Amino acid sequence: MDWVNAIVQGILLGGLYALFAAGLSLIFGVMRLVNIAHGDLIVLAAFLGLTVTTTLGINPLFAIVIVAPLMGLIGYGLQRVVLNRTLGDDILPPLLVTFGLSVIIQNGLLEIYSADPQKMSAGAIETASLNLPGGLNIGVLPLLMFITAVAVIGSLQWIFYRSAWGRAFRATSDNQDIAQLMGLNKSHVFGLAMALALVVVAIAGIFLGVRTSFDPSAGPGRLIFGFEAVIIGGLGNLWGTLIGGIILGICQNIGAQINPGWQLLAGHLAFLVILAVRPRGLFPRIDG
Amino acid sequence: MPDTILEINGLDSFYGDFQALYGVSMRIEKGEVIAVIGANGAGKTTLMRSVTGLLQNKPEMIHYGGKPIGNLRADQIAAVGIAMVPEGRQLFPSLSVEENLVIGGQIKRTGPWSLSSVYELFPVLKERRNQASTSLSGGQQQMVAIGRALMANPDLLLFDEISLGLAPIIIKTIYDALPGIIGSGMSAVVVEQDIVKAVAVSDRVYCLQEGRVSLEGRSGDVSRDAISKAYFGIG
Ligand SMILES: Nc1ncnc2c1ncn2[C@@H]1O[C@H](COP(=O)(O)OP(=O)(O)O)[C@@H](O)[C@H]1O
Ligand SMILES: [Mg+2]
Repeated sequence: MDWVNAIVQGILLGGLYALFAAGLSLIFGVMRLVNIAHGDLIVLAAFLGLTVTTTLGINPLFAIVIVAPLMGLIGYGLQRVVLNRTLGDDILPPLLVTFGLSVIIQNGLLEIYSADPQKMSAGAIETASLNLPGGLNIGVLPLLMFITAVAVIGSLQWIFYRSAWGRAFRATSDNQDIAQLMGLNKSHVFGLAMALALVVVAIAGIFLGVRTSFDPSAGPGRLIFGFEAVIIGGLGNLWGTLIGGIILGICQNIGAQINPGWQLLAGHLAFLVILAVRPRGLFPRIDG
Repeated sequence: MPDTILEINGLDSFYGDFQALYGVSMRIEKGEVIAVIGANGAGKTTLMRSVTGLLQNKPEMIHYGGKPIGNLRADQIAAVGIAMVPEGRQLFPSLSVEENLVIGGQIKRTGPWSLSSVYELFPVLKERRNQASTSLSGGQQQMVAIGRALMANPDLLLFDEISLGLAPIIIKTIYDALPGIIGSGMSAVVVEQDIVKAVAVSDRVYCLQEGRVSLEGRSGDVSRDAISKAYFGIG
C-alpha cells in the first residue's frame, strides 16, 4: 500500500513539476530561448505571493489573482527591455543574460527578504484529505495543484493551437521575417509569450511556496526539475511536459520510498535513462 | 498626371559589408503593374526585402504615398498597405492552410479580399483548408502564399518569382489568375527571371544587373535585344 501511495503522491507532485516546466517549454518553443532564470522567477513569484499574503492578510491561493498579472507585466517588460536584444542567430547571449538575471534575482531577494526559509500558509486546506477506498489518502491541496496543472496545460494548449495569439506564436516561431511581413511585431509577440509564461510561473511559485518552504537560492533546483520534465516529455509538446512532470514525480517518490536520501537521485537517474534511450524525449513534437 | 504610389530613390542595400544594390531608382504609379527582371543574383529579392522593411534603409530612399518609409519595420510597412508573396513561398509549416490565410488578414485592412473571396479564386484551397500547409503540392502552396498576401488587402502587392520551381501548367494557372487579382485596383511588382512572362503581364519593365538598373521602359516598347543586353550585360 505504501508503494501505491508513493506513486499516487508522485503523480500529484508531477503536476507541480509540469507547472515549473510549462513556461520554460513555451518560451523555448516560441523564441528558442533557454531561460536560465526561470527557476528564480518562480521563487520571485513565491516571495511576491508572500508579500501580498502578509500585507493584505489573504489566503496565498487568492494572492494568485494579484501575483499572476504582476508577473505577466514583469515578463512583458523583461522581454521588451532586455531579452529581445539578446535574440539572434547566436544562442550564447540569451544564455549569458538569463544566467546574469538569475544571479541578480537571487541577490535581490536575499537583500530584501534575507536568507531565511519562508513558507506561506493556506490554512485548513493544507491538512484536509480525502480517504479513498483501499486506505489511499489523497491530500486536497496536492489534488488541487494537480487539477490546476492539468487546467493550465490544457489552457496553454488551447491558446497555442486555437487562438489568434497562438497562431502568432507559431508563425513567429516558424519564420520571424515572414511573420513580421504579416504585420506581427516580433518584439511584441515575444513579449506576450513571456508574459504568458510568467503568468504560469506565478501559479507555480505560489503553489511552491504553499507546499514547501523556500528561500532566495531555491530557484536553480526548480529550474532543473522543469528542464527534466520538458526533456522527458519531449520538446515542444505541452501534454508531454505534463507526463514528463508526472514521471519525474513518481520516480522521486519511489526513490524516497526505498531510501529517503534517494528522492532527488532517483528523479535525475530516470531523466538520464530516458535521455539515453530517447534523446528527443518520450513524445517529441506532434503538431495539432 | 497619375499618382505615384511607390518611389525608390538611389537605394543602396547591404548584407553586412557586402553591397547588393547600388543607387536603384524606380517609380510605380497607382494601378500600374511593374516587372522587375534580372538574372539570378541580380538583386531582385534584395530590392523586395528593402521595400517591405526586412532590410532597413535610410528613410528617404523609399517613399510610399509620398511618405518616407525606408526605415520602418516590416510590420509597420505591412500596415500601410504593402504585401509580398515571398520567393520560395515560405508558408508557415506549423499553421494549417486556413490559418496561413487568416494570419495574412490579421492586419485588418478593409477591401475586397477575405477568406471567401480567396477560396473563390482558388477553390482547391477550400477543400484543403484544414490540412497542414506542407502537405500541399508546390502549386497549391503558391496559391496559399498569394492568398495570404491578398488577405491583407494591400494597395501594392509584390510577387517574388512566383513561377520558381513550378510545372508550366501550374505557372499558367497562376498567371491566368493574376489579371483578376491586380484588376481589383491594386498596384503590383512582378519579379521574374522569365522575360516573356514578365513583359506580358506588365505595363512597364525594369531590368536589374549586378545591383543596378540596366534598363527601364514600357513593356510594349522595349526590344528583345535591349532586354537581353540589359539582362546579361552582353549582346
Ligand atoms: N542573406 C544574404 N547575405 C549575404 N548576401 C546575400 C544575402 N542574400 C543575397 N545576397 C547576395 O546579394 C546579391 C543579390 O541577391 P538576390 O537579391 O537574392 O538576387 P536575386 O533575387 O536577383 O536572385 C547576390 O550576390 C547574393 O549572393
Ligand atoms: Mg531572388
